[in-house]
Formats: sequence, structure tokens, C-alpha cells
Amino acid sequence: MLRFLVNRLGQSIILLLIVTIITFFLINLAPGGPSSTMRMDATAEERQAMVENLGLDQPVLVRYVDWITNAVQGDLGVSFNTSEPVTQRILERLPYTIELTVFTIIISVLLGIFLGVLSAIKRGKAQDHVINFFSVIGLSVPAFWLGLMLILLFSINLGWLPSSGVGSRGGEFSLWGYVSHLILPVLILTTTVLPNIVRFTRSSMLEVISQNYIRTARAKGAKESIVLYVHALRNALIPIITIIGMLIPRLLSGAVITEAIFGWTGIGTLIIEAARGRDYPLVMGVTVVITVVVVVCNLLVDILYSRVDPRVKNV
Amino acid sequence: MVSVKPTLTGEIDANPSQGKTSVLKALRNNKVAYASFWFLVLIHVAVFLGPVVWTVNPEELQAAGSLAGWSFQHPFGTDDLSRDVFARMLHGGRVTLIVGLVAMLFSLLIGTVVGACAGFFGKVVESILMRITEAMMAIPTFFFILVALTVLGTSPTMVIVVIALAGWMEIARVVYGETLKWKEYEFVEAANASGATPFRILTKYIIPQIVPSIIVAGTLTIAAAILTESAISYLGLGIQAPTATWGNMLQNSQQYIWTAPVLGILPGVAITIVVLAYNFLGDGLRDALDPKFVKK
Repeated sequence: MLRFLVNRLGQSIILLLIVTIITFFLINLAPGGPSSTMRMDATAEERQAMVENLGLDQPVLVRYVDWITNAVQGDLGVSFNTSEPVTQRILERLPYTIELTVFTIIISVLLGIFLGVLSAIKRGKAQDHVINFFSVIGLSVPAFWLGLMLILLFSINLGWLPSSGVGSRGGEFSLWGYVSHLILPVLILTTTVLPNIVRFTRSSMLEVISQNYIRTARAKGAKESIVLYVHALRNALIPIITIIGMLIPRLLSGAVITEAIFGWTGIGTLIIEAARGRDYPLVMGVTVVITVVVVVCNLLVDILYSRVDPRVKNV
Repeated sequence: MVSVKPTLTGEIDANPSQGKTSVLKALRNNKVAYASFWFLVLIHVAVFLGPVVWTVNPEELQAAGSLAGWSFQHPFGTDDLSRDVFARMLHGGRVTLIVGLVAMLFSLLIGTVVGACAGFFGKVVESILMRITEAMMAIPTFFFILVALTVLGTSPTMVIVVIALAGWMEIARVVYGETLKWKEYEFVEAANASGATPFRILTKYIIPQIVPSIIVAGTLTIAAAILTESAISYLGLGIQAPTATWGNMLQNSQQYIWTAPVLGILPGVAITIVVLAYNFLGDGLRDALDPKFVKK
């Protein structure tokens, strides 16, 4: 177990290093890199000050080593546009994204497993076809467009739900104010991952059902519901843990779009602001933090997996 | 699908190397996939030949003024800058579909080379290539698309390259798995023994066997590429105006959703049904080409 952990941890660190190197060199070596993005009206002194401040007169490799040394200590530099520490700006925004994604994961996992199992049990019947059909639609609708249509329906025509914002935070807490702002964003983000969970659960369940021990259970006269929910589902759930780990990058990518539609002040809108404003330290910081989040989640999923399925331990 | 008969043991009795004709025949048995195929043919013809018939310039301002309703001159009305929406839908569709298609071809090229080399050469080549593939799959690529487009600019070529670089991993994994399987066959061993170079073995013996899987993966990759293009265009980081794409037509529609909802509805519906058709076609092809999936 320990060897497995150390192995995994080592891989994660290498992945992180690769990601930071690619991003850093992409940003710093491209023709439109930081040195060319200073304000046009900046005086020669301002320019010089900024170059020194950012260490732009140093070779890129030196700058990377500097950056990574600071980053490991939690200092991701200073934002070009607001002069605030990048770490602080990210920490302000991160909770909103976590909130959005955690609600989405809970809902899509519960709903996804339910629908996937239903689809597998009713294989070839009407329920299966309906679920399959909507899964493919869910995979095909552009999330942002679905968001626009839902705003058109629920916010503009019916006036039931707010079209953007995170609700009043810090002010007087109202449950409806909180929930109503979450409904549409969570719904949109759910559609980006739910179809994958449903489809994966379905095939995982079908695979388990075709195995010998299920035939044995049926042969000894166990009730069909017990065979399905006690014998089959438990083993079918194991691979589903992996797909949830694999969906986390997709979820975070989806969060960028979702946050953009609904003006949700999370890390997604932060990277869009950073990209549009060419705020390179911020772009770099957000990318790294997101990668760390993903790597940590994957690590947790792997550990969980090895606890649930003893066969994995020695891999 | 029809050529596959489950036997008593639950095994699938199918010929793994089905010919092309049986693929089309099998696809015909999947009504949804078959309809999707012809729908896509129709859409491509409409988008590529349509502008020849409907000669209104998509970037020209029309006399009807901005946000005009439908009329015979402008079947879908005009947009916020008084341009003909129908012409923009046709030209925009052309750009969107070309971006999807070309990005898919690039992804296919990268994915096939990476997957085939990793599977065929094994050892260090395999470790390096597959670790890179896994790393790319483990990170949220959308962030990298945004970063790359910010730095490298948003010309159509860059958009295509960046989308392709973010979407080859699934193909690489499929090709890798298949290469591992096929390189164990006797005819590959025979070719090896007769002194064929690795390049020749890959291109002449192994990759032709994988073509069906590559077609399936490619079809699904087009769908994903179109969705990605529309998402980055919506965020204003894709192909820039005045060139129309279905994605960037949606970019400003959120502002006019009160006054002219049709501006937001049309391109979205177009993207959705095209992606839907590609997904149905991909799923249908997978069922038709791969007996393994019929079992599930």
C-alpha cells in the first residue's frame, strides 16, 4: 500500500512539473508574451521598472526556477492588472467553484447511478431507449447555449429564477436566495457530466450481470431485486469510482463555461478575465491551482479505489 | 448488427474483419445512425453549396436595418449589425464544420502516430508516449485552450491547431490498445520475419486493421471539436468577427435575448443537431463495426 502511494505521489508531482513547464514556456516564449503586453503609454522608466520587477531581463529558465521556487512556498506572484497577490485572488474565488462542483458531483453521481442501473436492468426496453436518447442529447448540446435557453425560459419568460450572480453573500442569509442562484448553474454543469456517468454505469452493470456469480445467485433462487441490488450493484460501483475521477477535469472545464454564462464569481470567470486582460501571472496561477486540484482528486480516487478493490494494491 | 449472432454460450459469433459493404449494411439497420448519416450529408451540401444559391454577403449591412424580423429578402431576419442571418448561418456553418473536420484530422494524425508507436515499439517509447497521453487526459484541457489562444492569437489556423492538440488523447488510447492486439497476429510476425521495416509493418499491416476504430473515434472527435469551437467562440476567444461561425454568432446573442431570441436559438439549434448527428453516427458505427460493443 505504501509503495503504491509513493508511486502515485511521484507520478502526480511529475505531472505537475510538466504542466507548469509547458504553461510557463508557452506564455513566456510566445511572440505575444508578457514583455509585449505592457501599456502603450508606459514611460521608459515604468517599462524598466516592470521588466526588473518581473525579472523579464533574466533568461526564461532562470525565471521558471524562480517562479517554481516561490510557487512551492505558496507565492504565485502579483497580478499584472490589479497588483494583488495571485494566491489571494485565487483563494477568494476558489470556494465558489468548489461549491458549484460539489453540488454538481453529488447530484450527478446519485442521479447518474440511478439512471444507469435503471437503463441496464430495463435493457432494450422503453426506459433504456429514453435514457440513452437523452444521454446522447446531453452530450451534444453546447452547455452555454442550453444555459441561454434556460435563462430565456426561467428568468425572462417565467421570472422564477435569477439569471446571474451568486446571491447575496455576507448580507442577510436567505435560503431561497441562496438556492435559487444555484439551481441553473448546477443544472447546466450536471448536463456536462451526467451522460457519461449514466453510460458508464450502464455498461459496468451489464458487464457484472453477465458474470457467473450472478447466474449462481439466480440459480440458488435469490430474488431478482436482491441479485441486482445486493450482488450486482456493489461490484458494478467499483469502476464508477474511476469514471468520477476521470470526469473531474471535464467538470472543471465545464465550470468555466457555466460560470461565464451565469456570472458566477469562481475560478472559471477568473481565468477568462485573466486571459482577456492578458494577466499572465494570474493565468499561470489559475492553471497551476486547477491542476493541483485535479491531481489531488485523482490521487484520492486512486486511494479510494485501492481500498474498495484489493486487487489494485499491487499494481 | 445483423451479422452478429449471440450463441448459446453468450459469445459473439462475428467475423472481426468485416468488409466495407457489411458496415454500410449494418449501419442501415440502425435507423437513427443511418438517418444521421444522410442528415449530415444534407447539411454539408447545404452549407457548402448554399452560399452559391443564396448570394447575400454575410458581412454586408442590409437596408432592412438591425434586428429585422423575417421577410422574403431575409428569411431569418437580420442581426444586431443588420447583417443577413440566413447568409451568416450558411457561411458560419461552413467555417464551423471545416474547423471541426480539420481539427479532427489533425487529432487523428497525432493520436494514430502516438498510439501506434507506443503500442508497436513498447518499452521506453511506450512509457513516455502513454504517460504524456495520460497526463493530457488528467488535466482540464479547456484551461489550456484558453491560455494557448490568449498567447498565440485567434486566427482560424491557431483555433484548429489548439483544438486538435487538446483532443487527440482518446484516439491515441484506442489506437494503442488495438495496436497491442494486432501486433500479436501471425501475419504481423510473418511480415517481421520477412524483414519488413517497422514503418511498413505499421502502415501496411497494422493500421489498416484499426481503420474502423479510427473512423468511430474520428466521428466522435468531430462532434467534440465543434462543441469546443463553439464554446471558445462564445467566450470571445475563438475565430473573430466579422467572419461568422455558429459559435461566435452566439457570442452577442445573450444581450439580445429579450428583443431577438431567434439570434440565440438558430445557431444553437444548428450546433446541437449537427453534434447530435455526429454522436449518433459514431455510436452507430461503433455498434456496426465492433462486435464487442454489441455484447454490452
